[in-house]
Amino acid sequence: MTTIVVGWTPDEFGEAALRRALEEARLREGRVVVVNATRGDALVDERYADDEQLAALATELGGAGIEVDVRRSMGADVGDQVLAVAADVAADLVVIGLRRRTPVGKLLMGSVAQRILLGAECAVLAVKPTA
Amino acid sequence: MDNLGLLMGGFGAVLTPENLMYCAIGVLLGTFVGVLPGIGPAMAVALLLPVTYGLDPVAAFIMFAGIYYGGMYGGSTTAILLNTPGESASVMTALEGNLMARAGKAAQALATAAIGSFIAGTIGTLLVVFFAPALASVAVEIGAPSYFALMVLAMVSVTSVLGGSPLRGFIALFIGLTIGLVGLDLNTGQPRLSFDQPLLADRIDVVVVAVGIFALGEALWVAAHLRRSPAHVIPVGRPWMSRADFRRSWGPWLRGTAYGFPFGAVPAGGAEIPTFLSYITEKRIAARHGKDEFGRGAIEGVAGPEAANNASAAGTFVPLLALGLPVTATSAVMLAAFQGYGIEPGPSLMTDQPDLVWALLASLLIGNALLLVLNLPLAPVWAKLLRIPRPQLYAGILFFAALGSYATNLQPFDLFLLLLLGLLGLMMRRFALPVLPLILGVILGPLMELKLREAMAISGGEVDALWSEPLAVVIYAVVAVAIIAPLVLRTIRPAPAAVAVDEGLAGDTTREEETVR
Repeated sequence: MTTIVVGWTPDEFGEAALRRALEEARLREGRVVVVNATRGDALVDERYADDEQLAALATELGGAGIEVDVRRSMGADVGDQVLAVAADVAADLVVIGLRRRTPVGKLLMGSVAQRILLGAECAVLAVKPTA
Repeated sequence: MDNLGLLMGGFGAVLTPENLMYCAIGVLLGTFVGVLPGIGPAMAVALLLPVTYGLDPVAAFIMFAGIYYGGMYGGSTTAILLNTPGESASVMTALEGNLMARAGKAAQALATAAIGSFIAGTIGTLLVVFFAPALASVAVEIGAPSYFALMVLAMVSVTSVLGGSPLRGFIALFIGLTIGLVGLDLNTGQPRLSFDQPLLADRIDVVVVAVGIFALGEALWVAAHLRRSPAHVIPVGRPWMSRADFRRSWGPWLRGTAYGFPFGAVPAGGAEIPTFLSYITEKRIAARHGKDEFGRGAIEGVAGPEAANNASAAGTFVPLLALGLPVTATSAVMLAAFQGYGIEPGPSLMTDQPDLVWALLASLLIGNALLLVLNLPLAPVWAKLLRIPRPQLYAGILFFAALGSYATNLQPFDLFLLLLLGLLGLMMRRFALPVLPLILGVILGPLMELKLREAMAISGGEVDALWSEPLAVVIYAVVAVAIIAPLVLRTIRPAPAAVAVDEGLAGDTTREEETVR
């Protein structure tokens, strides 16, 4: 069975990636592994889902009629965590959401998307939220 | 003595552009460190102790006062929006404050906390203006034996009344007293605990101890627990209050102030007890009026404790300025700053350094007003600080810690001491030893020894001179009560901290280890 890993965050980027991953899964009759990761080194990380957002995710996935697995993890690099899950489940496709960065943002922050694109063993599908 | 006239003179000294700037820097820095749990005003003042070498005393203390009050404000923001009380003083605020925020009333919770803090801080500071000089003029007459007894009282009360475990408190206190002993005996010139190290014979600088324990210890502790499940900040706009909120808040504000100030002013300080008392009082009053919203986000439960902790913070200036006795970690470090300037803290401070004292008190009032003006509109911005990744934040703190310790004496050996003390700080956090008694021991220990020697010299070595003064006897009786009362109370009813835990809020949630994966 085809396995699709999706890097998910509780915002429009994660939403776009998840929607696309579910579409792909329906097409290929595969399953979806949702990864929500954090570096966990700040007190607040809005991209790490809280209980409410996880519940909303569960109801959304429940209605999709696709086999879904949600994994949450914490580690030095969010990209590496997505890649680790992809390797673990022998993923056929990784879906990620791309966010726009300002020049200063590029200077300050590493890119999770870049790490996944360069490091993945399988195909990577990058999507953007429709404006 | 016309206190108000002198206070006006203090305003005159503070209201220069330069001093106002230091006041603004202080309150901003204080709010910054207050918002971030784990970093408090004590650490900020400790890190800034080296600036005292280049700054005139008035400017430095204006800044420190701003940090002290700012830390109180910042702590309530985090307590309300994140349910993570930055320090024990805001544990009670977090209880109802976070519930209010969850119910969509974060703006009102922040507003009542800020305005309550302002009112309590202002009333408290005005009370200091009236009480401190009166107390100081009495205290000048106090002899060495009574003074020694007062210091014993401050140490014992801080150690046994505050915190969960008196045993841990006393362990920390004695470690502190031991560190305070290191170096040449000032009377006889004998080296003590110096292990034949000439550098140790010079005494361990207070800056190095404070920075090591507060900054390096905390940084190492955070490094050991770097990754923790992050939380979400409850989104909030500009804080505001309706007329009805005001009607419900002013009573708790005033009652909280009435609880907080005396607890800060007697050397048995701490904000833990008054905030707890204020919380249960408001709860009882609300229940009697039949509109008990406690447990669902009652504004009274934020207004009262928040006023109490600021009034108690103001109250701690009474023993600090009138007796030279600090009862909080921040005021202990401020006492070290006085010593850094060669100013002898104690009853004579008010008469020897009137300009400094009155400028300090005036700056407290101005800083309080600045905080209100700054914090009401800026609360959402402060909440953004919580996203700063710990590695970057603590790298900055370590940089300033090392710089400050080295700059004190330009001695590489101090950096080695800093590391040792940092490891001690890490161990203290690991075994839940409170930091305040240690700092108090380091700073008050040598002063206490001085008074003990003085009393002994006068009496010719007779030990019973220590309880020869009636005042000293009274104080020792209070010390006995301070030791016994908590033990008795604990058997009758659980300590405030334990109640907070029961209500689903650990005293210091950031200390809890989490297992992920």
